[in-house]
Amino acid sequence: MERMTEEQRRTEGARARTAGGDDKRGLSQGIAVAEQARPSKGLSREKVFELEDVSVKYDGKPAVQEISFDVFKHNITALIGPSGCGKSTLIRCFNRMNDLIPSATIEGRILYHGEDLYGPNVDPVQARKLIGMVFQKPNPFPKSIYDNIAFGPRTIGMKGNMDEIVERALRRGALWEEVKDRLGDNAYGLSGGQQQRLCIARCVAVEPDTILMDEPCSALDPISTGKIEDLMLQLKDEYSIVIVTHNMQQAARISDMTAFLIVELDADEQNRWGRIVEYDDTEKIFTNPSDQRTEDYVTGKVG
Amino acid sequence: MSPEDPRTERARLAAAGARATTAAVVGGQPRKDVVRNTVFAVLLFAAILLALAGLAALLIQAFVKGGPRLGFDLFTESGSSDPTIAGFKQAILGSLMIIAGVIVLIVPLGVGAAVYLEEYANKERWWNRLIELNIQNLAAVPSIIYGILGLGFIVGGPVDLGEIPAAASLTLALLVLPIVIIAAREAIRAVPPSIREGSLALGATKWQTIRRQVLPASIAGIATGVILAVSRAFGEAAPLLLVGAAVFVTFDPQFFTEGYTALPVQIFQYATRPQEEFRILSAAGIVVLLVLLLAMNSFAIWLRNRYEQKW
Repeated sequence: MERMTEEQRRTEGARARTAGGDDKRGLSQGIAVAEQARPSKGLSREKVFELEDVSVKYDGKPAVQEISFDVFKHNITALIGPSGCGKSTLIRCFNRMNDLIPSATIEGRILYHGEDLYGPNVDPVQARKLIGMVFQKPNPFPKSIYDNIAFGPRTIGMKGNMDEIVERALRRGALWEEVKDRLGDNAYGLSGGQQQRLCIARCVAVEPDTILMDEPCSALDPISTGKIEDLMLQLKDEYSIVIVTHNMQQAARISDMTAFLIVELDADEQNRWGRIVEYDDTEKIFTNPSDQRTEDYVTGKVG
Repeated sequence: MSPEDPRTERARLAAAGARATTAAVVGGQPRKDVVRNTVFAVLLFAAILLALAGLAALLIQAFVKGGPRLGFDLFTESGSSDPTIAGFKQAILGSLMIIAGVIVLIVPLGVGAAVYLEEYANKERWWNRLIELNIQNLAAVPSIIYGILGLGFIVGGPVDLGEIPAAASLTLALLVLPIVIIAAREAIRAVPPSIREGSLALGATKWQTIRRQVLPASIAGIATGVILAVSRAFGEAAPLLLVGAAVFVTFDPQFFTEGYTALPVQIFQYATRPQEEFRILSAAGIVVLLVLLLAMNSFAIWLRNRYEQKW
């Protein structure tokens, strides 16, 4: 994909801002806005991830069961569902972060650009270079703003002028104008919303192919949330984005595809796990879902 | 409903409880509580006063007794059988030399062990739990035991270094290593997991994450632990007596070849002499030792406050 010129990016940003500025929108308006923000050229159906019967267990206890769906290129794919349905567990399978939890085991297959992500020749460290992640709570490093961005490129040995890499990443993270005069300041001095945009900028600095976001706005106020959503709409032209969100309006506003998960209990209610109910165009999920449970959830009857 | 109805009774009790709570909050503490609080506060204050008084008495005694002999010549004059000209030059040099050796040994070993235990060790394996438990225990072993170990294994025995400062460094390093490991582990554990996740998610390896994120973020805690361990080693006399800190040397120590003495050992040695002049000299030595120790501890506190990372 062609990188956008600075001019195009500004226009795009302005458009997204108009679309995402108001936080008091209802559900249907949210969908209308999400429609507007979509590129006119139609959405890609090129597969980035293909999940085939993915189940994750912690110490043998299932957390998510038999999940199958595809994530498409340059789409924003939202995972929604009630608490405890395994959304975060699932998204952490996409960049093999679950490998860090010794008790976690994963069954089924996840193909990344057609290649088995959990295959014997795949190094999780290499995979994470391509599949970036933004976490629920902003987690800047206890370093300067500059070093926060430069850490990734330096670590993976990226070539090029570091000042330019940092500036480019901060511009893409929509943070440059706010911090350009204090790049040497500690990142902990930034506001929560700025910290989260810094984390997004840090993530794009290593030029990944996909960005995973695990409830990136749950710790933020509505204005910061709006800024992050604008940013995501800009970023999806260059990256494929998967987002876990508690906020249905957010999913409706920004995502192209939505997966709805629910919590299932076993007979004696000792174990609970997540299962996918429906995966479809966001518009369809929110206006005309195929499954009654989806409808109950998105209309607020349950959950 | 009848008055015996349990629901009514519960409601009555709940209302009474709420009234009592409100009365307590609004009406202030009953007199008895105030008296009890005051008595307890006074007792606690007395406890701290007693501890401080003991320390102050020791300090004052050392200052008063050693005062006349305090002076720069303590640092420049050699040990001598004439108490009016004797100083602590060899002892101070010996101590500094031993401490330098201790630092060189404990920093890589202590930090390495702490990184292994915090970042790599699988806590479910019994040998890792055993190591952990024993490090806690080792920190509580009396120093004289390390002296015997040093004498049997380092000065003589398998290592057979002889009575040189390097042997003392090794012995004291073993003594204070648990302190460094425990402090470094705490500092490493204080770095939130989200920092490690953030780094790993960018495609950094585990080692890159440890070296470039975890260790820099915990450096203040580690440095503080090292300085406290060094202070402990600096003040130790008992193990050094066993590993050959000579009671009396008049030549400058050599790290790998010559006999040596150390400041606490020389203080001990002067204090056991019959002449009053040597006792005064010994008190002056205590003041020198205390000043050096306080300087080190103050530096540790400053370092911690200056570089401590608030999460």
